[in-house]
Amino acid sequence: MNPALKLIAQRLALGALLLLAVSALIFAGTQILPGDVAQSILGQSATPESLANLREELGLNEPALTRYFDWLGGILVGDLGTALTSGADISEAVGKRLSATLFLASVAAVISIPLAILLGLVAVRYKDRWPDKLISASTLASISLPEFFIGYLLIVFFAVNLGWFPSLARINDGMSFFAKLEAVFLPALTLTLVVLAHMMRMTRAAILNVMQSAYIETAELKGLGSFKIIARHAFPNAIAPIINVVMLNMAYLVVGVVVVEVIFNYPGMGQYLVDHVSKRDVPVVQACGLIFAAIYIGLNLVADVVSILTNPRLRHPK
Amino acid sequence: MDLKTIPISAWIGIISTTCFVLAAIFAPLIAPYGMAEVVGGVWEPMSATHWLGTDNLGRDLFSRMIYGAQTTLTIAALATLVSFTTGSLLGMTAAVVGGWTDQILSRFVDLLMSIPTLIFALVVLSVLPPGLLTLILVMGVLDATRVFRLSRAVAVDVNVMDFVEAAKLRGEGRWWIITREILPNALSTLVAELGLRFIFMVLFLSALSFLGLGIQPPQADWGGMVKENKDGIVFGIGAALIPAAAIALLAISVNLIADWILNRTTDLKGGRGGQ
Amino acid sequence: MSDELKYLARMAAAGRLNRRAFMGRAGALGVSAGLAGTMLSSAVYAQGAVKGGTIRVGIQGGSSTDSLDPALATNATAAMLNKLWGECLVELNADGGLDLRVAEEYSSSPNAQTWTFRIRDGITFHNGQPLTAEDVLATMERHAGEDSQSGALGLLQGIDSMRAEGRDFIIELGSPNADLPYLMSDYHLTIQPNGGKDDPANPIGSGPYVLKEHEAGVRTVFEKNADFWDADLGNAETIELLVINDDTARVAALQSGQVHMANRVPPRVASLVGRAPNLTVHSEPSAGHYVFIMHANTAPFDNKDLRLALKYAINREEMVEKILFGNGSVGNDTPINAAYPLFEAMEQRTYDPEKAAFHFRESGHEGSILLRTSDNSFPGAPDASQLFQQSAAAAGITLDIRREPNDGYWSEVWNNQPFCTSYWGGRPTQDMMYSTAYLSTADWNDTRFFNEQFDQLLVAARGELNQDTRRQMYADMGTIVSEEGGLICPMFNNYIDATSDEVAGWGPSKGFDLMNYMAPMKMWVVG
Repeated sequence: MNPALKLIAQRLALGALLLLAVSALIFAGTQILPGDVAQSILGQSATPESLANLREELGLNEPALTRYFDWLGGILVGDLGTALTSGADISEAVGKRLSATLFLASVAAVISIPLAILLGLVAVRYKDRWPDKLISASTLASISLPEFFIGYLLIVFFAVNLGWFPSLARINDGMSFFAKLEAVFLPALTLTLVVLAHMMRMTRAAILNVMQSAYIETAELKGLGSFKIIARHAFPNAIAPIINVVMLNMAYLVVGVVVVEVIFNYPGMGQYLVDHVSKRDVPVVQACGLIFAAIYIGLNLVADVVSILTNPRLRHPK
Repeated sequence: MDLKTIPISAWIGIISTTCFVLAAIFAPLIAPYGMAEVVGGVWEPMSATHWLGTDNLGRDLFSRMIYGAQTTLTIAALATLVSFTTGSLLGMTAAVVGGWTDQILSRFVDLLMSIPTLIFALVVLSVLPPGLLTLILVMGVLDATRVFRLSRAVAVDVNVMDFVEAAKLRGEGRWWIITREILPNALSTLVAELGLRFIFMVLFLSALSFLGLGIQPPQADWGGMVKENKDGIVFGIGAALIPAAAIALLAISVNLIADWILNRTTDLKGGRGGQ
Repeated sequence: MSDELKYLARMAAAGRLNRRAFMGRAGALGVSAGLAGTMLSSAVYAQGAVKGGTIRVGIQGGSSTDSLDPALATNATAAMLNKLWGECLVELNADGGLDLRVAEEYSSSPNAQTWTFRIRDGITFHNGQPLTAEDVLATMERHAGEDSQSGALGLLQGIDSMRAEGRDFIIELGSPNADLPYLMSDYHLTIQPNGGKDDPANPIGSGPYVLKEHEAGVRTVFEKNADFWDADLGNAETIELLVINDDTARVAALQSGQVHMANRVPPRVASLVGRAPNLTVHSEPSAGHYVFIMHANTAPFDNKDLRLALKYAINREEMVEKILFGNGSVGNDTPINAAYPLFEAMEQRTYDPEKAAFHFRESGHEGSILLRTSDNSFPGAPDASQLFQQSAAAAGITLDIRREPNDGYWSEVWNNQPFCTSYWGGRPTQDMMYSTAYLSTADWNDTRFFNEQFDQLLVAARGELNQDTRRQMYADMGTIVSEEGGLICPMFNNYIDATSDEVAGWGPSKGFDLMNYMAPMKMWVVG
């Protein structure tokens, strides 16, 4: 068997195992969170009687291990359970939120990833000249602003003053694709500004690293134009660290956007998760945690596999 | 090292970073007012008495910026230190040793990373006793996972290079390979990352204060100060802009230095052929 | 008031003069912007309500965890939903009295122990079923039942028995309570078919609007209930509620015209919002209060001198100015203010570092005192704690502030830790407020206040039908709480809402924000 294929199969199996371990960890983590769901649901209006009644009804008195295996068994047949607080079916509610999150993340990724790589290539091509420095400074400035700050600035400018885009990013099923694009434009732009610098700088550093190698000098001697060398020869060999950073940022776009969701009032997974964490709605927190973990592990698998495939020494072993 | 060879951009970075550091160290001497002292009305504009105006409670913004530098720089620097030492050493070890060590370390890191940061920080910070040390360790460990992945990826690439194989054939120990072969070759990528990670720490701190988990009032970090004054942004009140600009300036300064070191290390690597 | 101004207001209301021009002219006549705004809205009001159109509301205080079961409503969005699709027996009105809704009249036995509510004839639920006294009985049974999780369970505890007789719904109390009808205005007690016993979270009620689309914590769409019995209530054809929890986002949505009204405008920006030509800010006094609570039975707070020291060490005026930006009034270490019926003012306690230092010495306490706070205990609580720290320091008292995570504050800190920041919304009557949190046996006795004399007065006042005697009894209770209690109440907050000039019909109210959550149905879209 081709060692690269074997490595990939190994990674897949490990990914599955990992997901199992994560499920146990998430379950344990949600158990030690201080506070309990009954108290959180009723908030300040809880009375001892209504608390006791609610606890009983929610099955909080059963042992943790029983609840873990019940939960795991449910997941294997695609049943995420029902939310303790609202009594809604989790799979249905999460499905809606997840598709919203993925939509926003894809829009942001489609804008930011090619842009970051392109800017990285341009920066290498004009290394130490003004385009490099300009790109470097402006991306740095954008990354160093807290994301809520960027979000508010965009709202003030594009929504309140100019009125070009809505400040509330509302999407629902009835909207056309372009209407949805317009609705998520400001949050997607915010996210782009947040992740751009990281990917761009890594692209630049990784390519510069490869540029020192002997084969690049050969290519230069062959008389290939500079941009062509960068794009054709250096970039493919720098892809491992680049893909790693890209995957990290894509995972961030899915998992870490709660602040942007709050600011633009976007009905994604992040807000949904935070609402349920604060109400200690354990089944929902577990379900969301597991979905996030699966996305994360999936993206990392892709990064690993691409790294393996692009490393000539692993692809063609001696 | 010849001072004259340092480019202007690096000088700018060094000077402004030094200013920030000095302001942080000598905060009580420089600041005209106390950190928590209410000295005027809310959101007063810049004036001779209050150089940067006043904040959302009527405290002198300039003084708070200076004290803020202290907390921000200390926490971010220490957390970055924790994350880079543990992350890069473990990452390279995993790559060089390979096999089960690599698998166990990598999967453990995957495990940590795949739990949403929010839940992780919530659980850990509400279970552990509150305090600066906990904060720094949690931030450092969470971030170390990112550094681990990156340094491992770079090290895996370097590890299959001819000169590493040659060193292995010569019978060099793993520690020697890691410090003498892998580290110098991975350094440029890591340094580029370091500058950014430092800034991420500053921002992470403000995200934690968003959840009410950050440092304790009346102390403030710059990110937290942006948050305290954010209500004014929509109405064109600039109090939030100042700490935000300070973070941006710090980011650029630190990364200008990182860039300069990056160039120097790539120069150093030019001499590798002689090995 | 000059006739010219009135004329101008009528012009503006009729749309012949725009709002900005009107405000400008009013200013030239020497009228304050607030007064001119009020004049304009009453002039618009006089033009009469317009039916039809869509009103969009940006509201703070909703979550994707919310259930549609009215018993489980805990936040502003859930309460507003209840009021749109459902209706209670009675509703609190702007004078602090009660309007009749599902009940067409009510009366009591002379000792205020038996209460009879006559149910209005001809009301139907959204599913066409008629609303009967049996439905009312079932509703109250569900909320008061032994396995109830209702937020109104505590209110209904004094009830001995209930029954339905024809069109009458009758309550027998264990002991007299002259305020019982007020309890029936609680927003949890929305009448449902068979009391919601069959399907509690099914939003079928008898309210002026029918729920069409609902995504918890995100958006809810309502359409006018064509069969609603009261033609005066409900103007817009469609109402869309958008949950916008972020303050800045909510204000921006209002500014950019995406919503017509928003609640809980941060006090800091209220005056800035009001400057926008197309927006009006409504700052309405409320009975809600931002407080610091001490457990009066826990060291060191079990010492009366220490409690008094802290009460004198807080600067109430500064808090109203810097935390509420004038949108509120100073408190007097009782939970009662002028918003309550039978309120009697007493001597105002003021910031006095010397007295504070004196009582602190008397208490014999040494060292610092730990105060816990979080952003969600009340808006600006960490800031208020820092102001308290500063003013107490001037009296030689050291406060240490610990900011606790927002998440879990109400379950871990409030009512658990001996000294923390907290918030109380108002209640319709003094009896309800005191019974909820100050009676020795109260479920939420969050100041651990155990005072026999106070308890006796409170129970006696419930059965006292002479209003003057009752007023005096409440005044005495206030003095006891202020002197002996663990409550430091520096301020009562105003409800700060804002509306755009595309809607009209704002009016005074008591209870909650956004006209006791009824602004969406009482206001109308300007033609």
